[in-house]
Amino acid sequence: MVDVALQPNRSAAQAARKRSSLHRMLKRKSTVAFLMTLPLILLIATLVIYPAFYALHLATLNKSMERFVGLSNFEFLFRRETFWLVVKQSCIFAITAVIFKALLGFIIAHFVHNIPAKGQRKWRGMLLVPWVIPPAMSTLAWLWLFDPSYSAFNYTLSFFDIGPIPWTGDPMWARFSVILVNIWVGAPFFMIMYLAALKSVPEQLYEAAAIDGANWWQRIWYVTLPMMRNIIAITTLFSLIVTFANFDIVRILTAGGPLDHTHIFATWAFRIGIEGSDIPLGASVSLFMVPILAVAAIFILRDVNKRGNES
Amino acid sequence: MSRRKLSRRQFVAATALSSAALITAPYVRGAHAAGKLSIGFWDHWVPGANKASTDIVNAWAEKEKVEVQIDYIPSQGNKNLLTIAAEAQAKSGHDILAMPTWWPHAQAELLEPMNDVMEGLIKQNGEPNGTVKYLGQSKGKWLAVPASVGSQIKGPCSRIDLMKQHAGIDVQALYPAGAAPKADSWTLDTFLKAAEACHKGGVPFGIGLGETSDNVDTAGAIFQSFGAALVDEKGNVTVKTDAVRQALEFYKKLISFLPPDAGAWDDSSNNKWLVSGRGAMVMNPPSAWAVAKRDAPQVAEQCWTHGFPAGPKGRYAPYLSYFWGTWSFSKNKEAAKSVLRALSQADAIEKMCVASGGYDLPCYEKLTTLKVWQEEGPPKGTLYHYPNPHNHQTLSIAAAPAPPKIAQQIYTQATLTKMCLRYHKGEAMEKVLAWAEGECEGFMRS
Repeated sequence: MVDVALQPNRSAAQAARKRSSLHRMLKRKSTVAFLMTLPLILLIATLVIYPAFYALHLATLNKSMERFVGLSNFEFLFRRETFWLVVKQSCIFAITAVIFKALLGFIIAHFVHNIPAKGQRKWRGMLLVPWVIPPAMSTLAWLWLFDPSYSAFNYTLSFFDIGPIPWTGDPMWARFSVILVNIWVGAPFFMIMYLAALKSVPEQLYEAAAIDGANWWQRIWYVTLPMMRNIIAITTLFSLIVTFANFDIVRILTAGGPLDHTHIFATWAFRIGIEGSDIPLGASVSLFMVPILAVAAIFILRDVNKRGNES
Repeated sequence: MSRRKLSRRQFVAATALSSAALITAPYVRGAHAAGKLSIGFWDHWVPGANKASTDIVNAWAEKEKVEVQIDYIPSQGNKNLLTIAAEAQAKSGHDILAMPTWWPHAQAELLEPMNDVMEGLIKQNGEPNGTVKYLGQSKGKWLAVPASVGSQIKGPCSRIDLMKQHAGIDVQALYPAGAAPKADSWTLDTFLKAAEACHKGGVPFGIGLGETSDNVDTAGAIFQSFGAALVDEKGNVTVKTDAVRQALEFYKKLISFLPPDAGAWDDSSNNKWLVSGRGAMVMNPPSAWAVAKRDAPQVAEQCWTHGFPAGPKGRYAPYLSYFWGTWSFSKNKEAAKSVLRALSQADAIEKMCVASGGYDLPCYEKLTTLKVWQEEGPPKGTLYHYPNPHNHQTLSIAAAPAPPKIAQQIYTQATLTKMCLRYHKGEAMEKVLAWAEGECEGFMRS
């Protein structure tokens, strides 16, 4: 591929102008590409790179933000019992939610895939509803369902002599509730990705498997799963990043309680940084997610590369 | 026509005089000549209450020829706290910003001293209560001007009928409308017995144990009634004391008479508890009663706001104060101070209190007996004792008397309610105290 656009039949005047290096530079395809992406680069620089570096700067200041303290904020965090509770909970929250989202998405994708094409579209639309509603709004509805005193779930369960269940009042139930809502919101994303992957599996492979006498489980294990491997890996890791950084569901449902047992990185950072007026420490808590998410990102990129090489 | 000649000496003198006059004169010089002023007020819960502040500011702006812009910033989702943090970071924003409780101290280095404003206001309105001095002053410097809008006492709001029926207590007799309290018998012991009786009667007290302000405030007042503080005024950790142990023992007994889900309560839970008619008492400003007046009038008619029960070390009630602060980087500080004076005049305060249906509570000693609290109802006199007109109880805030920057952490992290819950759930007393001590040591960060 050439890097300079060729223009035959150029006039003498144009040739003279082309001598200017600026003009030559502007004519390069790479320059044009750069200029066209410049707005996006500027946007990312303003909204992503600058805040990221500013957060790094904040994390190195003392509480009153008057002194550089290096990594002291992280040292301080490592000595806090609540910090390790938050690390543990963030892992439990993200890993459990992603596993169940993937599992549910996989199962529902199969059901939808088996619906005749005529009625499939409306099912796909309906199943995507939890994912397209802004989570802050849908979580408010869940909050009412889980309300400590007026829970609609408890009201229903009372007809079967069950409960009342302290959905948000008991540490274990509260963890269950926030994970459940996260699964409800996120499972449709997995469903739609897996459905797309299922549709791209060649029918001949299933036919060949059927001729070889493969049963339902063997078809899944030896045909479907290997064909979906890359999409499963990428979707899972992408979701892991998003779930780790979740804020709205926990903030609205439990605000980290009871006894800090549902706090995750983002909600605890908000509690410390904004509510507690300790912005440097809040920034440090937020930044602690970076190494964890960076590992996940490396896995994603590795998988993308692998997929590229295979194709 | 005679023509007077201006000498060079006269010209220089006139120029110097007029320059000096312009610099030293008040900022008011003509139509909008005094420039612009932007104000970020707290967005009031009570519908229509914002209008009173707007009217007062507009009248002032008209008189002083200042162009004013008012933004009402809600506290839902902590939007006001986010605005404070953002403006402090950007060193730019409103000339006046409403700041709740701990925020004047949190932003102390960035606030314009208000001593000149407060001197005049104290002369006019009387001394502010102790909590306002604790929250609003640092090293003799007033960090902000106390705002009546949003300030409140979170005292008991009892159901007259249910307290009589289940606990045999006539709250109207203890706190008669228009007269001083006769509440010597209203102690924490009586309170605990009443809580037990109401629990048995199926109408438990609606006191939360979550991590939000209402829950922490009640715990704070009860701890103070036992003389229990986690950190003293000098910043020493005082968790492992008999007073703290006594307060925890009391709370453990109390929790067994509270709704089983109290650990998950937020600031709206107690309101709902009262309005639904399921409980005999909540700890709240009159907002819960005001909602009941609209949604459940039969409940509102039975509500009576009164004082806290007394403990071994006194009778304490939680007072939450709002402030109006001016950033040191504000471009129109003099105009800001002038409008804050206008907003703190007795008639302006009364106007705002009336607009809020008696919710707002000025901190000045001469302004606790406004007509609004005597007249509001039903039942008439229900708010008479809300502003503590007879100084029957000491107004305080949870985590005081710790230095405010440490107290803010204790308050925000809800260390008090967490201690109570941990102990109630079976954790050993010494383990709870050790945990709280560790937390408080962490809060000493500077």
